[in-house]
Amino acid sequence: MSRGSAERCWGADKSVFPPSAVADRARCCGFCLAALILLSAPAHSQPLVADLTNHLIAITTGFTGASVVLFGAIDGPGDVAVVVQGPDREITVRRKSRIAGIWVNSRKVMFANVPSFYFVAASRPLEEIISPATASFYRLGVTNLKMEPEGMTPTQVVDEFVTALVRTQQRARLFPASVAKVSFIGERLFRTTIDFPSNVPTGTYLVQVFLVRDKDVVSGQTTPLVVSKVGLDADVFGFAGRQPALYGAIAVLTAMVAGWLASLPFRGA
Amino acid sequence: MDIYLPIAEVSVDVFVLLGLGAAVGFLTGVFGVGGGFLITPLLIFIGVPPTVAVASSANQLVGASVSGVLVHWRRGNVDFKMGWVLLAGGLAGSVLGVWIFTLLKRLGQIELTISLSYVVLLGALGSLMMVESIHAQLRLNRPGVQRRKLHHHNWMHGLPLKARFRRSKLYISALLPVGIGFVVGVFSAILGIGGGFIMVPAMIYMLGMPTAVVPGTSLLQIIFVAANVTLLQAYTNRTVDAVLALVLLVGGVIGARVGSRFGTRLRGDQLRLLLALMILAVAAKLAFDLTVHPADLYSIVVDKT
Repeated sequence: MSRGSAERCWGADKSVFPPSAVADRARCCGFCLAALILLSAPAHSQPLVADLTNHLIAITTGFTGASVVLFGAIDGPGDVAVVVQGPDREITVRRKSRIAGIWVNSRKVMFANVPSFYFVAASRPLEEIISPATASFYRLGVTNLKMEPEGMTPTQVVDEFVTALVRTQQRARLFPASVAKVSFIGERLFRTTIDFPSNVPTGTYLVQVFLVRDKDVVSGQTTPLVVSKVGLDADVFGFAGRQPALYGAIAVLTAMVAGWLASLPFRGA
Repeated sequence: MDIYLPIAEVSVDVFVLLGLGAAVGFLTGVFGVGGGFLITPLLIFIGVPPTVAVASSANQLVGASVSGVLVHWRRGNVDFKMGWVLLAGGLAGSVLGVWIFTLLKRLGQIELTISLSYVVLLGALGSLMMVESIHAQLRLNRPGVQRRKLHHHNWMHGLPLKARFRRSKLYISALLPVGIGFVVGVFSAILGIGGGFIMVPAMIYMLGMPTAVVPGTSLLQIIFVAANVTLLQAYTNRTVDAVLALVLLVGGVIGARVGSRFGTRLRGDQLRLLLALMILAVAAKLAFDLTVHPADLYSIVVDKT
């Protein structure tokens, strides 16, 4: 049901949290208004403003993924690129090889700074609007993530493992298969939709929006986005972490009671 | 309809989970094996992280075996004395098993060790049971041939500490079930399972227990082994997803009910043949997975957040 958030800004609304939805719409309309004012404002004002329809992705029991719309305005012709990154994770990549007819994990490379989620969007193909050096600096594109291995590993091997890591993350829909589209409404208003799968990692995300002119970034804005469990799921998760022994005991007791209840209907038979 | 699992951190279709629970519950009802060796790979297949899958299926097993024991108990098919003796051996064995597990983990290749021991153990067990039950079937189909004795007297019957197990119609040394419980305890700690599929054949062939009493008695000791695993996993690894376990249980209830009805209609030797076939199928699948070229040679593990 969180999918509805994509439409929230634009009127058609089926929201999870009624109060925040109202607030969202108010904020959203406010920004549309701000964007309109900006269009008529003098050129020396902010060259780029952007915001999200939602700054919190709430993971509830019915969570199946979510979409967030990023929208904004620029003060004149130019291109827009967007990068979303989840909190960094330490990931070990293992490769299997065949030993005596059996496939065995043989080599491993550890990466300390892999974004747990990555999304990139641009108004035109990245190589057309930005120089490779700039794209690399701002981590624009999956190939520019600069994931460093721990310890000494030959470059060729590292490249192989990085490719495998990216492929695995793409399969889990945590990395994009391609660069998403930032669409313009007229010359100055833009929007793009960021899709989050149901296995989206929790934490604080960074949404970076760049205004690109003459193959260079001329302005940027960073907005946080929080992905968090709420309600029962958050309670269960929190409890399991704070009181692990008690949680385990309750889990066992619950299962025992459920098992006992399950055996009751047999009495009549 | 999807449900988000708070500890596994993925959402999965509720009906897939219910179906999975029902299928495993059916096996529990028929054979008295917990089905942990089946449910864990299936959970991993639908996207649950392996560590959470292992721990949560132990939690589910607690409930499934409680209901199984109660059902068998009402029919008088639980040998409590035998169960406690097996359990005493089992708990001691699991202490040694956890120690071996930690050692193997430090040496690396724990997953390979697990898969290989499964293949060897299941393959050997399955083949032996298969041969035995085919023989039994042939004997039944040939009229006039006398049935053999249930078990022969050998060195096992010369052991001290003899005790009477009335329900099992046995007068044997208590050291035997303790020993069997111990060996099963070691394996179940290493393989992360209740050990029903090792326990059940051992009870039938080594102790010579009547097939009818076996499922209930096996499940009795599985309750405690699984509860122990759940507590340890929740405390040390925080990987027990109680929501996942509960949904599996709901499905398991229906499956176990159908399963135990089905089980009572089968003859002992038919039951053993089916169990042998199932064990061999799992062994074959694991052996195949070890030797076939993987779809992706690379795999990833998230170490730290």
